[in-house]
Amino acid sequence: MKCHVCKTGDATVHLTQIVNGKVQKVDLCEACAKEKGVTNPTELSISDLLFGLEQEDAGTPPRASAESRCPSCEMKLSDFRRAARLGCPRCYEAFSDALAPMLKGMHKGRQHLGKIPPGGGDETAKGDSLMRLRQELLAAVKAENFEAAARLRDQIKILEQRADAEEPRP
Amino acid sequence: MSGAKKIEADGIVITSRVRLARNLQGHSFPGWSRKPERLQLLELLRPSVEALPEMKGGVCHAMDALPALDKQILVEKHLISREHAGRNIGSAVVISRDETFSVMINEEDHLRMQAIRPGLCLEKVYALIDGVDTRLAGALPFAFSPKLGYLTACPTNVGTGMRASAMLHLPALVLADHMDKIISAVGKLGLAVRGLYGEGTEALGNLFQISNQMTLGEREAEIVGRLEKVVSEIVRHEINARATLLEKTPRMLYDHIGRAYGVLAHARIISSKECINLLSMIQLGVALDAFGGLNAEDVEQLFVETQPAHLQRDQGHSRLSAEERDALRADLVRPVIARCKAPKFGIPPPTEEPPKTT
Repeated sequence: MKCHVCKTGDATVHLTQIVNGKVQKVDLCEACAKEKGVTNPTELSISDLLFGLEQEDAGTPPRASAESRCPSCEMKLSDFRRAARLGCPRCYEAFSDALAPMLKGMHKGRQHLGKIPPGGGDETAKGDSLMRLRQELLAAVKAENFEAAARLRDQIKILEQRADAEEPRP
Repeated sequence: MSGAKKIEADGIVITSRVRLARNLQGHSFPGWSRKPERLQLLELLRPSVEALPEMKGGVCHAMDALPALDKQILVEKHLISREHAGRNIGSAVVISRDETFSVMINEEDHLRMQAIRPGLCLEKVYALIDGVDTRLAGALPFAFSPKLGYLTACPTNVGTGMRASAMLHLPALVLADHMDKIISAVGKLGLAVRGLYGEGTEALGNLFQISNQMTLGEREAEIVGRLEKVVSEIVRHEINARATLLEKTPRMLYDHIGRAYGVLAHARIISSKECINLLSMIQLGVALDAFGGLNAEDVEQLFVETQPAHLQRDQGHSRLSAEERDALRADLVRPVIARCKAPKFGIPPPTEEPPKTT
């Protein structure tokens, strides 16, 4: 069996992982396994490995944009595909087209619903009604005001569905 | 299980752990930045981390100053990742005095902070690390987008940046051949099950790690709450599997525990794989009250102390070969196991009559 990454070495490291009922398998040679940090399976997620490799699967945008660059850190899309890691926080905007289908496959949703840093992080956060509602929701939950929290949650759901509907599906 | 002791949930969940990935606005991620930028960030981040009340009396190790063996010990204690152990100048780790908290600086992300505690306490552990995060966020501008949440070097972590996990010891589910069912059921809930020390799904020592896979599109409390619920459910299944084994196939169960005792009490050479698998059976025996004078903590201690770097630690500078480690491992375990009496099993199995030897 040949290595999934370099296609030349004999695969000696075999990984299997089941996520959402789907079985993912990767076979790697020792050198590639080491390079990818696959010495400790506890810290490894196979999707970490896979998406950086071949992207021929359906849903991947055309490769024509492969040379777009992040204006902030100068990472190229091809660098990202090779390293399987982004260069800087701004890369998320720079490569948003390539990332959208990837994120969709990896995660439960496309909108962050979790913690917001005190102060709301970026400037863009301010004035965003969804953002404000989420902050209020967090505050309501903290205060154990569950009635208000439930109302806020429903408002947020409606706004999100609207936002999702406006956004063209990839 | 008539007449048998109540089987306790203690010792099934070994640890609960939550880690958060955070990065600073306006800086390249460590894997893409040059050395001067990494050093500059380390200078900036280290004092903020060390100033945390949680880190009072803690230690900070610069990765370039830490010998390989010490790094390996931190890996075996789950205080740093293997990837971080491979890092050098420009990376560091700050560890709290009681080792509940550790913050890796310039790992894959600028900050990887974790809290780890024994037993099943994911919600509490999340609250602990959430406090650390909130304090740090007061001093450091984290990269955050209203749409995608916390921005991380790897898109698999974007959103909450959170990976919550529990380490479980599930010998009865493995003996009863139920793990495949559990793994596929858990997988359907967006959680992943991995063997702790094994490759792929092979789990050495019947140890499994269950963690969330998805970080975007769900609140932390939901993710942690679901994981906690699923883990409690698995614990219940493990307890049931133990009861069923005791009732239906006690001879098989006692055979496994008895053999583990026999080998560990007399072996002179033992590999880490065999050792961890047999210790798992001893631990099951302890839970079923088969051993007087041996408690779960003693066995857990052996699990840790027989890991390669821990074995090497007390050997000064002479690097042990694999064969020497196997001998040393056997010498370490043997007296502890041999000290306690051969296993006695509480309930006599229905077929306790010894087979007639003619």
